[in-house]
Parts: sequence; C-alpha cells; structure tokens
Amino acid sequence: MRELSLHILDLAENAVTAGARLVAITVEESAAADRLTIRVADDGPGLPEEKLRRLEDPFVTTRTTRRVGLGLSLLAAAARRAGGGVEVRSAPGAGTEVTAVFRLGHIDRAPIGDVAATIAALIAGYPAVDFVYRHRIEEREIALDTRELRTAAEGVDPADPALAEGIARWLREELERLARGGKEGCDAQDDR
Amino acid sequence: MPKMTVDDLKRIKERTLQATALRHGEARVKITVHMGTCGIAAGARAVMTALMEEMAEAGRTDIRVVTSGCMGMCSSEPNVTVEVLGEEPIVYQHMDANRMRQVFRRHVLLGEVQSDFALAKM
Repeated sequence: MRELSLHILDLAENAVTAGARLVAITVEESAAADRLTIRVADDGPGLPEEKLRRLEDPFVTTRTTRRVGLGLSLLAAAARRAGGGVEVRSAPGAGTEVTAVFRLGHIDRAPIGDVAATIAALIAGYPAVDFVYRHRIEEREIALDTRELRTAAEGVDPADPALAEGIARWLREELERLARGGKEGCDAQDDR
Repeated sequence: MPKMTVDDLKRIKERTLQATALRHGEARVKITVHMGTCGIAAGARAVMTALMEEMAEAGRTDIRVVTSGCMGMCSSEPNVTVEVLGEEPIVYQHMDANRMRQVFRRHVLLGEVQSDFALAKM
C-alpha cells in the first residue's frame, strides 16, 4: 500500500466485514510531538484472546471472515519502518480498536495520501454503516459524523453515491485549511 | 472546529450537477467494487472514486453502488461486478479509473457488456 489512507480504508473494510455498524476513524498529526496516530475503532464482535496474540502473523488468519490477514501485517510493517508500531485492543463483544503510531518526520513514513477519498468511498460503499471521522493537526481538527447527517426526511442521505464526490471535496478543502493552520484569507477563498 | 453539518450536505447536493432523488425500492443496476486488502492495494479506491464521479454526473436513481471484500480472485483485482436486473452478472478485472468510466457509460447506461475487460459471467 502506497498511502496510509489506503490502510485506513483496509482497516475500516475489515471492521465492516466483521459486522461493525459504527466505525470511528481518527487521524492525529503533531509535528511538535513528531507523531502521527491513526486509530480505527469499531463496534463489531471483537476478537478472542488467542487470536489477538497472533494478529500480526500474516499466515494465521481465518480467511473466511477476513477479520485479519495480510492487511494488518502490512500496516504493522509500515509503522515499524517509520519508528512506530501497531496496537490492537479487542475483546469478544466489545469491538476492536487498532492504533498505528508513526514518527511524523521519519524519512520512511509513507505519505498520508487522500484520506478524503477513503472516507467518501466508505460512506458511499457501506450505506448501512455509520462512520465518524476526526482529523486533528496540532490543536485544530475537522470532523464528520454520518449519524448526524442521516436526515432522510429532509431529502439528503450522506450515503447517496452521487454526493460522494462533493463530500470528498469538502473534506479535502477543510483538510487543506487545517494543514495551513486554519488561516482564512486569500488562500481560503481559493474555490477549486 | 469545522464539522460537516446537514446544511453542508445540502449545499453539496445543490452543487451536484444532477440532483438525485433518494434511492429506494428496487435498483435496476447494482455495481460492486471489491475492496479487500488485495483490491485496495491494486487500486480499487481510484476505481471507486471514478465511479462516484460518474454517478454524480449521471443523476440516475436506479443504480446502486456497493463495496465488498475479497472474492478470492486477488490476482485479477481491482474487480468490479455489474449486475443488471434480469441479466447475468459480469465481473470485470484489472479495472482502473478509465476502464470504470467506460464500463459505466457503455454497460451500465447503454447495456453494452465490455467483454474486453470481462473476467467472467457469474
């Protein structure tokens, strides 16, 4: 995987396939702490203890459910390569939370990539699942919660695939503004 | 803190060229983008993004887009399955953004199966 945003897509896909109805995706970037954290938490069935211990072994997986497999091993390798690692917390019935930590400035850290495309693809691709996305850069953050946006009575549905491109564009613009430190002005007016 | 609101979503809908009604009832076409680890690594997200752009332009309410996991044909990913009501599902292989646009415009909208990219009839 070339971008970390593809790992996010993969983790979320794992969660949905395992039966999650709510997936919370959090990205935190801090240059001050030289740290990039990616967390994907779900309300799925969770993992039993013995499976949790062997999670990063790519060859120990129940391929039928695809709860784990190559994806997590690839993420763990990407994190370790960038001076970090992966932690998985899970218990049967209590969901699963995967946290990957990277050194933000590490030369081998893969680029974050197009997180907006990942989030938009998830929302449109899994209309029955709710997604909460928070992206923090230093002290500022943007957020999206499909539970708050599901107002079918008002004629808009965030999972309408025709709106996905617009949602991706909104996220991309807000992320750019976030990366600039939230400054308004000429740049912020740029209407691409 | 900027958080997407229902009003933001409504503005997005207004700006979408062809405003679409809510999708309910039976869909005439179902398009499945396979997004297992194998599909994602092979470029399935770009395929999905192209499909979403086409959907925004087409403004059709009888087409459903879904994603699913690996279907066991990892070497031919990204795979896309097109199911037209009353016809055999077609699995397309080695998809990219351009192939997706072609399949959408010719197969989904016009009913012409793009056999050059087809892996199999299911």
